[in-house]
This record gives sequence, structure tokens and C-alpha cells, in this order.
Amino acid sequence: MDVPVLDIDMAAIDRHFFDIGYMDTLSSQQTPVHQLDPRAKLLTTLVFIVIVVSFGKYEISALIPFFIYPVVLCAIGNVPPAYLLKKLVLVSPFAILLGIFNPLLDRDIMIRLAGIEVSGGWVSFASILIRFVLTVGVALTLIAVTGFNAVCMALEKLGAPKVFVVQLLFLHRYMFVLVDEAARIFRARALRSFGGEGTGIKSYGSLAGQLLLRTLDRAQRIYLAMSCRGFEGQIRIMRPLRFGPREIGFIFGWSAIFFLMRFYNLPVLIGRAMTELMR
Amino acid sequence: MHMADALISPAVGGTMWAASAGLIGYCSKKLKDDLDDRKIPLMGVVGAFIFAAQMINFTIPGTGSSGHLGGGMILAILLGPSAAFLTMASVLFVQALFFADGGLLALGCNIFNMGFYPCFVAYPLVYKPIVANRPSDGRLMVAAILAAIVALQLGAFSVVIQTVLSGISMLPLGTFILFMQPIHLAIGFVEGLATAAVVFFVWKARPEMIHSLPRDAAVGNRSFRTVLIGLLVATVAIGGVLSWFASTRPDGLEWSIFKAAGTEELEGPGKGIHTSLEKVQGKTALLPGYNFKAPSANLPVETSDAWPVADGGTTVAGLVGGAITLILALSIGFALKRRKRKT
Repeated sequence: MDVPVLDIDMAAIDRHFFDIGYMDTLSSQQTPVHQLDPRAKLLTTLVFIVIVVSFGKYEISALIPFFIYPVVLCAIGNVPPAYLLKKLVLVSPFAILLGIFNPLLDRDIMIRLAGIEVSGGWVSFASILIRFVLTVGVALTLIAVTGFNAVCMALEKLGAPKVFVVQLLFLHRYMFVLVDEAARIFRARALRSFGGEGTGIKSYGSLAGQLLLRTLDRAQRIYLAMSCRGFEGQIRIMRPLRFGPREIGFIFGWSAIFFLMRFYNLPVLIGRAMTELMR
Repeated sequence: MHMADALISPAVGGTMWAASAGLIGYCSKKLKDDLDDRKIPLMGVVGAFIFAAQMINFTIPGTGSSGHLGGGMILAILLGPSAAFLTMASVLFVQALFFADGGLLALGCNIFNMGFYPCFVAYPLVYKPIVANRPSDGRLMVAAILAAIVALQLGAFSVVIQTVLSGISMLPLGTFILFMQPIHLAIGFVEGLATAAVVFFVWKARPEMIHSLPRDAAVGNRSFRTVLIGLLVATVAIGGVLSWFASTRPDGLEWSIFKAAGTEELEGPGKGIHTSLEKVQGKTALLPGYNFKAPSANLPVETSDAWPVADGGTTVAGLVGGAITLILALSIGFALKRRKRKT
């Protein structure tokens, strides 16, 4: 009975980390969005998030037009939307956990439509869910059309401390190596433990400790190898970044659209026009 | 314990971004001044270790659940506060981008909640004084558990404060505290246990490892305290200014919409909406709906009363328009995709 359980576990973990690799694969495509300077995409994404978050807590309709940004980026950037949606659903649902209290706490009827009454709590809960999809979706899209290394370079060019950027690059590079190692350890232990025997804190301490020792040894080897190649505290990255008219157009074009959608409730305007027409 | 973009307001997110960015700047400068380039690959690989170690879990007897290593505490013990803070910040950064934990605006909150407290509060003020220079089984265990609990309690409390200040979730302060703190007491205990187990193993297997690790100069000296106080003042100042800005801004926004659009109706409960709404109301009430067919004579009056004067028209328009907009946005996406496939 233990074996199928193990299979499922391992498959889940492998898939999870294969996923990060897939993000990198997506980001190495050559589309017009991928070719943009990473700074332009990073800044526009930040503007997007701040504007989305700045809406009042009962806002639903005005948030809908904002889907245009991730949708367009995914379409041009050739990112499969189903993949992003799956990731969104899997994400730790802290927002949902806290948001679900709103319908319990705020029971004042806010909308009454054709006999259905909706309380303010449900409206704000729906608003939280839409915000969640927009903000997290746009962050995932950013990585899928830009790539982690490029985001790090953009950070450095925008003034983040070099030490921190180098740390990010290192972390990303060795994450895959160590995760593979941990997966092997996990598999080895799972194969030797039956009915949860030997998975307690005692053996855990030695397992994780061993992994840590190996990690520290690895760091030492990496350091020596880097010293041999002339490392003296900073990584030099040779990739020209070009901030041209396309990038300026991207930032200001999108920002203008975001501000328009912030100040004009597009769905209400369209809906009002439609209901007028139908009359 | 990750904060999410969906739950924070720009003022809170911005303030915490400023605080975390300031701390990252401070720690980076400190590391650069140390001039110990051995630490750079070490931080990177140990950060990756945090990811890897979270895959290995252990069962907690009697509960049916399992625990794993947290991050902040073990990093602080291995690397010292500044390097640990930078490493934790980088781990959270990767989590935000690849695993969609939290979000980019909430990243500032998350770095502060999960980096600052273990590295700059729990480690120097709890762990270090207890372990001192003679670590023993008991001391190590007690120190790690206490430090992890303190760090997580402070972090959880910050999450509560940030959420309540943002005002998107409606959980009242008291309930939310009662909900978060006990859970994180248990989590802190388990995390402390895991941290102690790993540190203890390394201590036994290769004691020189912990000694020989390049670490920071002592914390708690004057320069750090000045920075901390400066940071606190800055946070309060920025927070004050931003929240003032945030509290006056909505009105300002409405005012600017009024000026730009010539109407106040976009935001809902305005006065200009009244007349047009009543028109909508009259029309919809005359539609052959089942409400109208009800035999009672005074029902139409009731239904028209039941329509909230403030929101009804906007709601209908919002629903219709929202659906249309969503379809529009998606079809633009499809069109772009199709065009690309052809070329």
C-alpha cells in the first residue's frame, strides 16, 4: 500500500519543480513582448498592481477591464493561459481564507436584483478574488514573458543593491540543483519507511542536517571555482539593455490605459449604453 | 503567512516596501563593507537550501500533520543577521515570482514580516543571549524554539496589523489576533524544533562548520541601533504621510472624476445619478417580470422601494458592462493569438 502513495507524492513534487523550469522555458521565447527591455515590463507591472489595489473594497465592475493587460501579454507572449490559471488555483489561498470572513461579517444588503439579495460581504469577497487573480496573474505573466535573470538585471539597472541582485541570481541557479538533491533524499527515505516509521524529528534532523553540510561544502567548492576565475565580489553580466521608443511607448501607453480605467468605470458606461439601447 | 496583494492597500504596501527596501540597502552596504566575498556564493546556496529543505518534512506524533524548516531563524544562525536578511528577502522574492506566493506589492510586507523579525529581533535578542558561547543540547533547543516562536508571533501580529490597516478584509482586530496568534504559536514551536534539530546535527557532526562560517560583526552595536531608530522614524513618517494621502485621496479622486467626467455618478451613490436611475427603475418595473405579476396591488410600490436608490442602476449597468468588457478583453487576446499563428 505504501508504494502508490509514494508514487503520487513524488510525482506531485517533481511536477511542482518541473513547473519552475517550464517558466524558464516560456521566458526564453522570442516574441515582441519578450524582446522588450525588462525594465519596461517590470515598471508597467508595478503601475498595474498599484492601480488595481487602489480601488475601494466594494469595487467589482471597474476591475474587470484590467484583465486586458495580462490577456494581451499572454496572447502576444505566447503563454498558455490554462497553465497560468492552474498555477493561480494551486497557490496558497491565504487571500481566500481571509476574504471568506467578509460575507460573515458584513451582512448588510448592498445589491438587490430581481429578487436576489447580495450582501456587502459577498461583494467585497468577489472583489478580493478578482484582485487576487489580477495581481498574482500579472506577476506570473511578468516572469513568463521576461525571465528571472532579465528581471534581476532590470532590478539592478533600477538601482537595487548589486549584492542583492547577485544573491537572487545565485539562488535561482542553485535552487534547481538542491531541489533535485532534496527530492532524492525524500525518495530514499520514503522507500525505506513503512507506515510512517522513521519519518519523525530525529531522522529529520540528520537528513536535513546532511543536506545542509553538503550545501555548505558545495558553497566552498563554488567559491574556490569562482576565485580561480577571478571573482572579486561581483558578477559581471554582459547583456546590453536598450531602452528605446518602443519601451517608452509600452510604459506610457499602458499606464495611460490603466489611469483611464481607474477614473472611468468602463463596464458601467458600456452597460448603461446597452440598457439605454435595449429600452 | 504570506500577505497577498489582494488584501493590502497601496499605502500599507508602499510603506512596507520602503521599510524593506531600506533594510535591503542597509544589509547590502554592510556586506559590502565586510569585504568577505566568500559569503556571496554561501548566501546563494544556503538560500537554495531553504527551498530544498522545505521539501523534506517530518511527522508530528499524535497530530497526523507534518512540519518542515521555516527559513529566517536557521539563516540567521548560519549567516548572521544581515546576510540572513538578504537571503530571506531573495527567497521571498523568488516565491513571489515563481510560486505566486503573495504578490509583488505585498513583497515588502512579506520581507519585513518574515525577514526582519527572525534576523534582527529574535536572533540577537533571544537566540544569542540564551546560547551564548557554550551551546549544549538543552540551550540550543530552548533558544531555537523560543526564537522561532517570538519571530513568528511578531510576524503574525504584523500580518494582522497590515491587513486591518488596509481595510480590504473586514476581520476586526481582536478576532483576527485570536485567530492568528495561537496558530502561529504552534507553527513557531514546530519550526523551532526543526531548526534546533538541524543546527544540533551540524554542531555534533562538524562543530568547526558553525565556527568557521563567515559571519557579521556583532549586532546590537551602535551603528545598527541608529539605523533601526532611523528606520522606525522613516516608517512612521512615510506611513503617516501615505495614510493621510490615502484617506484624503478617495475624495480627491471623486472630485477629479467629477471634474473630468462632468458627473459624479461613476462612483455610485452620487446625487446626479438620481434622475437617470429613476428612469431605469421605472422602465424595469414596467418590464413583464414575475414581480409585477404578483396579485398584491401595493407590491409594485414595494419593489420600487426595495431597489436601493444608490446602487441599483449602477449594478445592472455594471453587470452587463462587466460581462461585455470581459468578453472584449478575452476576444482581443484570441484575435492576437490567431493573427500570430497565421503569420
